[in-house]
This record gives sequence, structure tokens and C-alpha cells, in this order.
Amino acid sequence: MEAPGQALLSVRDLHASFHTDAGVVKAVDGVSFDLRRGEVLAVVGESGSGKSVTAMSLLGLLPSPPARVSGQVLWKGRDLVGLAEPEMRKVRGAEIAMVFQDPMSSLNPLHTVGRQIAEVVRLHTTSSKRQAWERAIEMMDLVGIPQARRRAKSYPHEFSGGMRQRVMIAIALACDPDLLIADEPTTALDVTIQAQVLELLQETKERTSSAILLITHDLGIVAGMADEVLVMYAGKVVERGPARDVFYRSRHPYTLGLLAALPRVDDEAADNRLRPIEGTPPSLIHVPSGCSFHPRCSFRRLETCSVDEPPLAAHGGEAHRAACHFAEDVVSVAPADLQRSVPSAAAAAPGP
Amino acid sequence: MAGSILASATAEAGDLAAPALDGGQRDGVLQRVARRPSGVVGLLLTTFVGVVSSFSGWIAPGDPFLLGNPALLPPSGGHRFGTDNLGRDLFRAVVHGMRTSMTVVVWVTVISAVIGITIGAVAGYRAGVVDRALMRVTELFQTIPRFFLALLAMSLFEPTLRTLIIVLGLTSWTLLARVVRAETLSIRTREYVESARAAGGNDVHILVHHVLPNILPTAIVVISLGASRVILLEAGLAFLGLSDQDRMSLGFLINNAQQFLEQAWWMSVFPGVAIVLAVLGINLLADTFNDVLNPLLRREPAGARGSILRMPGGEV
Repeated sequence: MEAPGQALLSVRDLHASFHTDAGVVKAVDGVSFDLRRGEVLAVVGESGSGKSVTAMSLLGLLPSPPARVSGQVLWKGRDLVGLAEPEMRKVRGAEIAMVFQDPMSSLNPLHTVGRQIAEVVRLHTTSSKRQAWERAIEMMDLVGIPQARRRAKSYPHEFSGGMRQRVMIAIALACDPDLLIADEPTTALDVTIQAQVLELLQETKERTSSAILLITHDLGIVAGMADEVLVMYAGKVVERGPARDVFYRSRHPYTLGLLAALPRVDDEAADNRLRPIEGTPPSLIHVPSGCSFHPRCSFRRLETCSVDEPPLAAHGGEAHRAACHFAEDVVSVAPADLQRSVPSAAAAAPGP
Repeated sequence: MAGSILASATAEAGDLAAPALDGGQRDGVLQRVARRPSGVVGLLLTTFVGVVSSFSGWIAPGDPFLLGNPALLPPSGGHRFGTDNLGRDLFRAVVHGMRTSMTVVVWVTVISAVIGITIGAVAGYRAGVVDRALMRVTELFQTIPRFFLALLAMSLFEPTLRTLIIVLGLTSWTLLARVVRAETLSIRTREYVESARAAGGNDVHILVHHVLPNILPTAIVVISLGASRVILLEAGLAFLGLSDQDRMSLGFLINNAQQFLEQAWWMSVFPGVAIVLAVLGINLLADTFNDVLNPLLRREPAGARGSILRMPGGEV
């Protein structure tokens, strides 16, 4: 068990599965990570890689009949998995807050934004209506909404997307949470607003010395904000480490593929076509044997990769871990190489 | 309005203010109802019927069953609606009959609204087993023919207004429950509900603050459409003599008028018109609510409209 004070949040071997008619969907399969105060941890991966389910299971938000969650979520030393609902509600919003992806649909269209912020304050504190309203205005001011006192009486449809996301962040921060989970907070926003919202998140984190769990598939955001990166594929962590290591010394072919898939404005190469990762994410009911990424991998050697599941092993320092049999081959390839000639290593090492 | 949209759209903080979706959004429901001819008529008729029933004792004081006038007098200054075969003043009888109708409508509507919204919201919000169980119960109640159950109850138990209200109230909530359930099912998966849960809201909080306000417009339409049918049910039962014998009823008056259609047209016309006005008023109002509150129809012009909640033909 992690000593309290060392890590704010310590997730150990988290599993989340859904029991459906078609079979058991293992959305999160043995995820572990630590998050300390003042840190930003980015969880990246394609759609369906288990990023959001991880976040939802931290807060116990998965609907319980189809979903089954096991493992440990140690929050300030207390295990949140299996915590009784009333206890869990005291954590949600007050200690761990969440910002959702789409600010267009995350606000109730029928209530003023001020009321929606005040509502959360009233849920977790004993403040009066008046005090909660003042707090709402204070929060709107804090997240940079001009004329907060007047705008608090406006309805969500009177706000633009960026302003709505600011309101969502104001709601999340209203009770001074220690951890902010941001589930693709900028996906629905245009680029200039994205930068503003990210800056706002960064600022509030520094001011309140909280931590941020940033869920995204936008590696550009990760590069700008994250201290640590967790790369997920098919419900598993395939690579994790300090952001710089993961970006510049990627040791998993999937990470490399994600980086190579980034569009580059400065690339003068002959064709500026995007490089997608070949294939599609696997079904989470029938996950491929061995390494779940092997059917799409350009580094694979079938006799190894389709049989043995690679452990999340340390490479070049304890902090940087990758789950690949050929991590040392991967690290020698830069994303730019992959962009020019695909595949590289696979050609050198054909299957049996 | 237009000026302020322009001003905020050109304000320097470009992403501050998106203009309101449509100008009418800001107006209250009543204002939007009042802008439509059918809404105005509905509102006036319903208000009229409501006022007459509320102040029946003041408008037409005295016992509506009081005999003693000359029988079958045509409408005149002394008896504005004439008298019936037993010398009862018809004006007084119709006014008190309207009061009976409205008493039944109000109570039945309140009872059925409470039951319907509760069952529908719980079923839709809880989903799963609870939903299936509650919906089977609802279907069971839907199969009961209201009219005949009321008929049975009024002949088996004490035939009072309270019996009638309870029987109708307990059987009139099914459509509302189903509609509310459907709405709730869709609302519970909205992101703002999930967001409220992530902020630590419990089920009651989410139901009261997020689900109910959103189903209210639809619920109001269904409730008001149901109300007009209760008037007809009450009148129909009274017509058959299955009503509180101490309460004057429009149905009773019409039944009584049957034998005198040729001699005394006023005996059937005035109670009949009273029923028509009450039903028409509520129906027009309900229809306008549907146009104004139904988000799917909100922007269409008043002329080209259809109702997704159009009721099937009456039971009576």
C-alpha cells in the first residue's frame, strides 16, 4: 500500500469489464499508475482504448449491472473501489472533479450557468444560496468569463463553446478539488480556444497545487502540458513514462505510430499525406493473443509476439516502461523515419 | 432584442456571446401561447370556465336541486337559461354542474399527474429491472377500460364524487407515465446528467434539478390533453346516472333533457354548450401548449403543425 502523502492517487491493477450478450468486454485491463500533487498525467490512446472508462471507474461512475470494476484506486490512502455510494458522492465533485468533453451538452439548457455552478457548491458545502451564488460569480471570474456577475444569469445557449467549457471548468473547480479529471476537454473546441482552455487548466493547477488527469487523443496537447504520459491500447498500458522520454525515445510501436500519425505543417517531404496506423483497434471481447497490438505492428515477429504477452518492463531508467518485446529496436526509430518509409523493421524481420 | 444580439456579437470578446438561438426563446410560455389565436381562445375559455366554477356560489347562489319554479319555462330575465321539467333553475344547475366537472378534472389531473410523473420518472431513470416491472404494471392499468371500471366502482361503492375522483385518478396516469419514462430515458444519458453525477449529485438531486424540469413541457401537454377527456368521462357517467346524487352534473342535466328535446330545447342546449366550452377550451390550450412546448415543433409556424402527442379517439 502506498504511503499517504507520497502519491495523491495511486491506481493498482485496475480492471473494468462489461458483461454483454456478445461476451465480456475488458475495457480496462490491469492499469496502474501514480499521480502526485502538481503533476499532469496524460492518458492517450485511440477511441476505445479504455481512457474514458479508466476515468469513470476512478469515480465509480460506471453503471454497475453491466460494469465490473476491480483492483485498487487509492485516493489519499483510501481505496475508492467498492466504496459505498454516499461516501463516493462526497469525493465526487469535492475532492475529484471532472470536466467532460462536450461543453455543448454538459450543461443543463434550462438553468442559468450561475445556478449550475452554485448547485455544486451547495451539494458539498453548507453555504447558503446567496453564498453559493457569490462563489459561482467568483469562479466565473476566475476562469476568465468577463462581466461574471451579469453573465451568471445567462443560459448556456447564450455562451459560445469556449465560454461554456470555462463554465464547466468553473463547476469542476468550485469546491477546490485536489484532482481534476479532464476527459478530452478541448476536443469540441477550435484551436485558439483550445490553447486558452489548456492554459486555464495549467494555471489553476499551479494555483491550487492540485493534479490533473488529462485524457486525450491529441498528442499536441500532451506535449504542451503533461509531465507523465500513459499510452493505452486495448485496455492496457503499453507505455508510460515522463513525457519527454515517451515522445523522444518511444519504446512501443503503438506510441511511435501515434506520433507518426500527427500531421506536420513543417514537413517538406514529397507527399504530405497522413500516416494512419494500419488496421483498426481490436475487439475488446476477442483481444488478439500475445501482444494485443501485434496484428497492426510493423516490428512484430509472429513466433514471439502472437504468443507471449510482453510485460510492462523498465527501459532506460525505472520511470520509463514499455510493453514490447522489441522495445530496444523501436527506440532506434524516430517517428519521422516511420513517416517516410513504412514499414521499416518489419521488412528486415519477416514472420516465420 | 435584435440590438443586444448585434451588440454582443460584435463585442470585442469574440467568443463571449453566441446570439440567442431564436428571439422567441426569451419570452415566457404564456406570452408564446397568447401569440396564437387558438391559444388566446383556449386561454379565455379555460379561464372563463375556471372562474365560473370557482365562484359558482356567488354567481348562482342557492341549491341547484331546488324545485318550486314553474316547470319548462323558456329562458327569460328571471331564469336566464329557463327551468327544467321539475321547475329547477337551469342557470344555477349549469353553473354548479360546471363546478362539479372542474372539481373532478382538477383532482383527477393532480392525482394522475403525481402518479404518472413519479412512475414514469423512476422507471426511466432507474431503467433495467425496475423499468420493466413498472412498465408491466402500467400496461396492466392501460388494459382496464376506465369507463367501465368507474361504472363498476360507482355502483359497488358509495357513489360519491370522491369515489369517482379516486377511480379516475388511479386509472388516468398511464399515458403520462409512458411519455415521461421515454423522455427520462433519453435525458438520463445526457452529458449534463452524467456531469451532475460526477459532481457528487445524488439521484434525488438529479431527478429534481435535471430530469423533471426537462420533462415538464411534454408532461404539461399530456396532462392537459388528458384533462379534457376527464370532463367527458364525468359527464358520461353522470348521464348514465352514476354520479354523486348530491352534486349537480352536466351529464345528469343532459340525460334529463332527453325526454323534452321537442318541448324545451334550452334544457339540453345550455348544459351541452357548457361541456363543449370546457372541453374545447382545454383542448385548444393543450394543442397550443403542444406547439409551444414541444421542442420538435417549436419553430414551425402555427399553420403547418402536427402533433406527435395526438390522442387516439375518445373512450366515451
